[in-house]
Amino acid sequence: MSYAARFSLSLGRLAAAVFLSLVFTTLLLLVSGAPPLHTFAILFAGGIGSVAKLGQTIAVWIPLVLCSSALLLTFAPGLWNIGIEGQIILGAIFATGFLRPFPAGASPLVLAGALIAGMIGGAFWAYIAGVLRTWGRVHEIFGGLGLNFVALGLTLWLIFGPWRRPGVASMSGTEPLHPSLWLKGIKGFSLSPVSLVLALLAIFLVIYLLRSTRWGLSLKAVGQNPEAALLYGLKPNKRIVEAMALCGALAGLAGALQVVGVYHRLLPAISSNYGYTALLVTMLASFRPNLIPPICFFFAVLNVGSIQLPLQLKLDSSLSGVIQGVLVLSIFLVHGLEERWQLLRRQK
Amino acid sequence: MFPRILRLGIVFLLVLAVGCAEKPEEKSFIFGMLMVGPFNDRGWSQAHYDAGLYVESKLPGVKMLYLDKVNPADRPGLTLPQVVDDLVSKGARLIIANSDDMKDGIREAAKQHPDITFIHVSGDDVLTKKAPPNLSNVMGRMEYGKMMAGFVAALTTKTGKIGYLGPLINEETRRLASSSFLGAAYAWQQVRKRPLDELKFKVSWIGFWFNIPGVTADPTQVANRFFDGGYDVVISGIDTTEALVVATQKRKAGREVWAIPYDYKGACQGADEVCLGVPYFNWGPAYLTSVKAVRDGTWKQTWEWNGPDWNDINNEDTSGVGFLNGPALSTEVAAKLDSFVQGLATGKINVFQGPIFYQDGTPFLVAGETASDQKVWYMPQLLKGMEGASGPK
Repeated sequence: MSYAARFSLSLGRLAAAVFLSLVFTTLLLLVSGAPPLHTFAILFAGGIGSVAKLGQTIAVWIPLVLCSSALLLTFAPGLWNIGIEGQIILGAIFATGFLRPFPAGASPLVLAGALIAGMIGGAFWAYIAGVLRTWGRVHEIFGGLGLNFVALGLTLWLIFGPWRRPGVASMSGTEPLHPSLWLKGIKGFSLSPVSLVLALLAIFLVIYLLRSTRWGLSLKAVGQNPEAALLYGLKPNKRIVEAMALCGALAGLAGALQVVGVYHRLLPAISSNYGYTALLVTMLASFRPNLIPPICFFFAVLNVGSIQLPLQLKLDSSLSGVIQGVLVLSIFLVHGLEERWQLLRRQK
Repeated sequence: MFPRILRLGIVFLLVLAVGCAEKPEEKSFIFGMLMVGPFNDRGWSQAHYDAGLYVESKLPGVKMLYLDKVNPADRPGLTLPQVVDDLVSKGARLIIANSDDMKDGIREAAKQHPDITFIHVSGDDVLTKKAPPNLSNVMGRMEYGKMMAGFVAALTTKTGKIGYLGPLINEETRRLASSSFLGAAYAWQQVRKRPLDELKFKVSWIGFWFNIPGVTADPTQVANRFFDGGYDVVISGIDTTEALVVATQKRKAGREVWAIPYDYKGACQGADEVCLGVPYFNWGPAYLTSVKAVRDGTWKQTWEWNGPDWNDINNEDTSGVGFLNGPALSTEVAAKLDSFVQGLATGKINVFQGPIFYQDGTPFLVAGETASDQKVWYMPQLLKGMEGASGPK
């Protein structure tokens, strides 16, 4: 199939999935007695209704894009890097640790160092999952899930223990960073241009690596046929660990940005579940890089807009999560129906 | 290229579908309320929510906008300055942030919106001079409510063991746990005439204001451990009602136990067998005053620590804190509580009177000394006679 044909097929599936989930959500709203059209309007206005809101939406889009494009690297060799959540957390921990010696502030150079520290932290955590998979024969889903719990445990221990606020024992978070160590946004706009540039660089880097390098090609070969890849000397195990580490580095960057750009401290919920959301995004995009930015944008609008549901309609904001989940289920359903239909056609 | 056009198209369609940005309503006065827990938690947050409704009912034309569950665990990715921006764009002129946890966020937001008035509940930014000029602090003198809770607990317990289900550890929670202990110690020694070393008073902290699964200790388990360990009265210091729920379960299993919830006037409802009463906050009067002042342009920055109205601690228009007797409180203890409250009101009884020692044995108050507000507010440790951590280990 040609590129354009495959692309429009993905798009067609996506459209069908969007339609299915809209039908489902509308039914849900009707059952709960909320006016569907009005609800959708408020939800979307909450995400893009003003310049400030658009800024918030893009601030959510950034970590989502970082993580989703990172996941393209691990999906290429067929890895389910569910441990991305923990890799974000480790990035946040490393960045916080890097900034702790500067309670009175420091230069932007230190801030850059914190971002790099975050990338190292994420890469380190993903490397462990990769080695567990290739050397320890632990499937990356189980290894990743385990490491996610360890990462959360580590955060809790740091917040409650060595990094606690003086005289306070609370799970709430560490002491806020000195304002000179905040990655600040443009005035009146909760969005840092630095983060935006980094996210754009990340997606372009991933597209370049996967489409235009030998390394990217060998990753895909490993994903499609590990035995053959081994015979051709593509070193599948090495590729897997590399893909994991690079994915972890981008996730770690997202975590570091959460610390310096969003919360300005380390807290238990620092990852904001963006890792899991990114897994949904990547599946919904059928692993196509082109679809990552728009789907991330759509998810970010839902995330930011969901605040308006309790604020204006007294509805629970988890509706946005329901829409996201149903979307992913729908795309699998569409895939499944397609296969069924083809099977039926062949039998005739 | 096709995909790029498509991407633009999606954005364009979304913008088109929505059409217009929201406009703030201009007719009435709007205030915003940010609550850390669910608005119907039968605890800390609901007390604030009800106070907001109280203000709406007293001042026609005043409207409350609220968002609950404002914490990073419940609303991933949301920051306080963002929500504040949103409330301001919807026309809020006064914003009340109801949690200790919002201290840094609300200060940041207040600096970004110098023309909007902010109230941070339970904070001390005004005392520490960290507050910008448009930020006030409000708190209730819950010490009194907690003394009453400790008092009835000590008169009710049969095992002589009282458990205190604590949230996180900071100055506020040390102060409140210690007040409960002092109330209990008074009842134990002065009313029951028994030596203090026969009373066990244990504090167990969960790590946050309410249960966050996987993050905090589970308050249900902590309460269970208390009751199973022979503690027959549990005083709750957290935002939610687990102590009451567990006590009710134990009662159904035939155990003679009691609990004392916290924060919300209606907390005892549905727990008739076990609820001894509830020390609660009545934020209504303070909020009413603030809303009026901001609306009329007479608002001034303050640090308020509002006590009970000693003429009637349960007067909803005047009393900052109160104690509502519960259905499980015996008439005998209720009568003794009345005279205790009388004593507090007239000043005849002051449980914050030396000699009192900190947990490590150093003096908190020397013989005859009474505690200043400052000394009570900033307690660095629990008191001698209390079991449990005073701070992070």
